[in-house]
Amino acid sequence: MQAVLELDDISKSFPGVQALDRVHFNVRAGEVHALLGENGAGKSTLIKIVSGVYQPDSGRVLLNGRAVRFESPRAAHAAGIATIFQELLLFPQLTVAENIFMGHAPRTRFGAIDWGAMRTRAEEILASLDIHGLDVSRDVGALTVGNRQRVEIAKALSQNARILIMDEPTAALAEADVLHLFRIVRLLRERGVSIVYISHRLEEVFQLADRVTVLRDGAFVGSRQVAETSRGELINMMVGRTISNLFPKLDAEIGEPVLEVKDLQGPPLFHDVSLQLRAGEVVGLAGLVGSGRSEVAQAIFGIKPADAGEIRVSGQRVRIASPGQAKRLGIAYVPEDRGTQGLIRPMRLRENVSLAVLRQVARGWFVDRRAETELADRSIRQLDIRASGPEQLVAKLSGGNQQKVVLGKWLAAKPRVLLMDEPTRGVDIGAKSEIHRLMSGLAQSGLAVLMISSELPEIMGMSDRILVMREGTIVAEFARATATQEAIAAAMMSEQAAPVAASA
Amino acid sequence: MAAAALPSAPGRRLLGGLRRIAGSQEMVLFLCIVILLVVVGTINPRYVAERNLHSIFLGNAYIAVAAIGMSMVIISGNIDISVGSLIGVLATLSGSLAVDGYPILVSWLAPLVVGAMVTAFIGFLVAYLRMPSIVVSLGMLSILKGGLISVTGGAWITNLPVGYALAQMRPLSIPMPIWFMVVLTIGAALWMRYTATGRAIYAVGGNAEAARVSGISRRRTIMTVFIVHGVFVGIASVLFATQLSVIQSTVPPNLELTIITASVVGGVSILGGTGTVIGSTLAAILLAAIGSSLIFVGISPYWLRAVQGFLILITVLADLIRRRRQARAR
Repeated sequence: MQAVLELDDISKSFPGVQALDRVHFNVRAGEVHALLGENGAGKSTLIKIVSGVYQPDSGRVLLNGRAVRFESPRAAHAAGIATIFQELLLFPQLTVAENIFMGHAPRTRFGAIDWGAMRTRAEEILASLDIHGLDVSRDVGALTVGNRQRVEIAKALSQNARILIMDEPTAALAEADVLHLFRIVRLLRERGVSIVYISHRLEEVFQLADRVTVLRDGAFVGSRQVAETSRGELINMMVGRTISNLFPKLDAEIGEPVLEVKDLQGPPLFHDVSLQLRAGEVVGLAGLVGSGRSEVAQAIFGIKPADAGEIRVSGQRVRIASPGQAKRLGIAYVPEDRGTQGLIRPMRLRENVSLAVLRQVARGWFVDRRAETELADRSIRQLDIRASGPEQLVAKLSGGNQQKVVLGKWLAAKPRVLLMDEPTRGVDIGAKSEIHRLMSGLAQSGLAVLMISSELPEIMGMSDRILVMREGTIVAEFARATATQEAIAAAMMSEQAAPVAASA
Repeated sequence: MAAAALPSAPGRRLLGGLRRIAGSQEMVLFLCIVILLVVVGTINPRYVAERNLHSIFLGNAYIAVAAIGMSMVIISGNIDISVGSLIGVLATLSGSLAVDGYPILVSWLAPLVVGAMVTAFIGFLVAYLRMPSIVVSLGMLSILKGGLISVTGGAWITNLPVGYALAQMRPLSIPMPIWFMVVLTIGAALWMRYTATGRAIYAVGGNAEAARVSGISRRRTIMTVFIVHGVFVGIASVLFATQLSVIQSTVPPNLELTIITASVVGGVSILGGTGTVIGSTLAAILLAAIGSSLIFVGISPYWLRAVQGFLILITVLADLIRRRRQARAR
């Protein structure tokens, strides 16, 4: 089959970093081509070259066999290449139709915007994507993440894109939205649109892609037909080493209850939540995005305290009205969004790691620099953080290493209870298995861990017990031995949706 | 990511530290001051005569002192544009107390207390009622400015008692304003860099939500910053009030802009979270030195404001380029 887009020997460097080194990549008409690699492997740079954000230092880009050079994103658009970045680039105060036709609105004879035609055509495009019940006159800001993404896809199609690049499109989606997205992607493929699909989730590659290309450290590792490869092979290609087990949860001695929550109420987000964490135990909290999982964790940690209910730490009834109080009770919280709740980007690694224990590393008023540096060094060693040292600015670290810094900050507080919300989201596979190994080790040393995750294999692999939340309350509990993906998914999605869930 | 994964040896750390100092905003400002003194001093030697250097430092030390407090406020992610008006009010208060026969110590200390009360009020509205500091201090600017002119009518305060002129004293034959500028800058720099409270100020300015989740109280930190700022403004007011033998009871025009300019040119990010008070003091000196140099090379001093404007744009531009480079290097 003829390649519609071909990248040949592409190199690109930034000050101090060779981001891409003679990389090959090609996309055929009507295929879904997955692009895999750890964070920092060069995927983002590659798609930014294809979409005209960056220009390559050397190498050729061929579009339908002809050499092209995109000097701007606009030039790439004009050539039929549309990109949906992780952060959706929509205008929240404008309507769905206005967003879809931003920059190329249909005009009347007099040059004014033809609002009627715009709405009609927006509706047509959405219908052609099998998207129904989305009012094109609504403001985009009022839509769910899933719907916003559909608007982005419609926007790409309104510009007659022949090549659609999607950067981790499922990272922020709930399961049901993921299934819908897959349907749309397959629909587009049938129409001959080529799709470049970037994801950290291997399952998605096998469910969706025809071919897969793996990058590692800015270099091309190989391309495979998905039908002819395996999980193990892809992981090997990505990390250059064999990972026998992605989720190495080790057995730990399970002790006394450390955290007990009874009838926690926080309407309308959650209600009647009761759970128990014991020392040495990892409890997985599964559920769709929006089921109230994160809100329960934030209530326990005092970020948004619950309206009513009982929390006990080591048997003692406590009131937690602020994160500071939770911290003093030995509770730690690794947030879902490390950008807004975890890291202080302008600060150094050392300063981030000591943030939760400033009073402990201070002598009187003053922060003890040496103790602080030792703390940071210890975190770097313990968590294997790839940084130039304690003085590195955290903004310069990769996603996985940033996550480790947040984890390091909380481990420095020597907690008894660790609440982790999506601990490995947006983290590459190597770092992911390291974080899992760490959690396992922490549980062995007697920590009680509550792990919220949207990835069922992670939940299954790491948890001693699994709790499932749906519509704001806990609806099911499974022991490690008896849990199956199908049963958990069914509980997450409610009974009727169970057959669909099983395929997710 | 090609970042080296090696554990860094002490030697490498020292080297990295030196490189950071060499490329820092403080060093750039220091070099600018030196170059300015050398170049303008070569053109016109009277520029570097002791008399002129004194007038550069003495007449502007109060701006450097106020810029210390301002820098802390901006680092915490806030701003105070009422600072110029507050200095006018506090200077008038100080002079009036002295003329009315209160002990001189009272007339020196009252501005510190009242300054801290006013900024504590601003801090309260910002920290507890979550009002944006730019709006709160805009309101405060008008209240203070309007209140001052209504009460005093802009009259000159004269007949200040003997012994009141703090800024004209010279302990160890070094003028008092220089003592204040140097000691307060060093003290504030140490406080910001080495204390837990200083760290909390940077953390809240860098990412208030992450700081809160880490157990740092945003409210307490912002209250502290504003109160400390008020004390610095109070000290600046006394230096300002006592540098001449009269005080005009109005608000010096554009004073808040000069002070904010010193902070920004000193490398304090207007977005919060980064910057140092040493930078803002050096920038205050640089701005004063530039103002004086214009006269000595025969350029109308009216250009000073334009030069300040250019400096702001250049500083922010340089900062932007540095950030872009960092972002791309990822």
